[in-house]
Amino acid sequence: MRRIIRPSLFALFVLGLIAFAQPLWAQDSSVSDDEVNEVARDIYCPVCESTPLDVCATQACADWRELIRTKLGEGNSKDEIFEYFARQYGDGVLANPPRRGVSLIILWILPVVLILVGLLLFSRMMRNLRTVPEAAVVTDSAVESTKVQNTPATPPEPTAQEEYLARIEEELGKK
Amino acid sequence: MSDLTHTTAQDEESKPRGIRWGMVALWGAVITLLVLLGWGLVRTNATRPEAGEAAPDFDVEFFNGFEWEGQPVANLSDMHGKVVVINFWASWCVECRLEADLIEDTWRKYEDQDVVFLGVAYSDVEPNAIAYLDEFNITYPNAPDLGTDISDMYEITGVPETFFVDKEGTIRHVQIGPLNQQTMDGVIQQLLGDSG
Repeated sequence: MRRIIRPSLFALFVLGLIAFAQPLWAQDSSVSDDEVNEVARDIYCPVCESTPLDVCATQACADWRELIRTKLGEGNSKDEIFEYFARQYGDGVLANPPRRGVSLIILWILPVVLILVGLLLFSRMMRNLRTVPEAAVVTDSAVESTKVQNTPATPPEPTAQEEYLARIEEELGKK
Repeated sequence: MSDLTHTTAQDEESKPRGIRWGMVALWGAVITLLVLLGWGLVRTNATRPEAGEAAPDFDVEFFNGFEWEGQPVANLSDMHGKVVVINFWASWCVECRLEADLIEDTWRKYEDQDVVFLGVAYSDVEPNAIAYLDEFNITYPNAPDLGTDISDMYEITGVPETFFVDKEGTIRHVQIGPLNQQTMDGVIQQLLGDSG
């Protein structure tokens, strides 16, 4: 009886070990957690809003991290994995959405257009700032000259400096 | 001085006024910006289609081993004339597991009538989704939500979420969270009865 039980127990033990070890093999031990997180930090959780995959504790994120591990184990590059996730789950799961469609317009073309518009407005504003005072000076002097032409010929009142010079000349003349 | 000023002003007035390309570009950019902002606002404020509204149309490519009328792909509009139960689920969703057996049993109960059950796996990893379908012996057509296009159209807030669509393609009931037998039977029988 012992002769039968011992080999059976041993066989059960070996089978148990194999069954337990299978999920470990499936995890692809050649890919480290750091390598997985390197990709996972640029992908967002599908359940929690704006939470990167590498710090999210939900089951959905754990599944996605395992998917990344599998993809890395199969030799996929980071970009290929991002492409796969975008295709499967939409561009919205990527921290840096690919430059196409709406994201191309909103994230790349629109900022350039806004900068150009801003520069155009700024240059117009600066041009207005330059032209307005000049126009004001011209207009003021034109008004002055018009005033001069319209008033009768009366000698202009001496300025303080002219008075001062006249007084000096007078003093010098006395000497 | 006065003459000079006058001459300059007259010159300015007599200049032919061509197209101001700068202004055209400026207004073009402003209008584009407003259109984009408006469009973004409309998209952000899009709400879940409710009972009484037309069910948004979509295409699905079923998981391996699943089909509808012998085809591996289908379109919601192909199912016109039948009551359609669209169930959003995921293998990582605990509450989906609570209703999985119930949905399969109800499908088997009504599959000979004009009722189609359609499972849509939301943000799921394909091997896990297939393992889930195997675990619960699910036989009704099931497909992944590629690019989350379908869940975006239906504006789901989570899983499980179920939409009951009548034979005319109008949503008649939306169930947020797990279903129960009473709701399923009640809504399906009403929809089957409504259209004779």
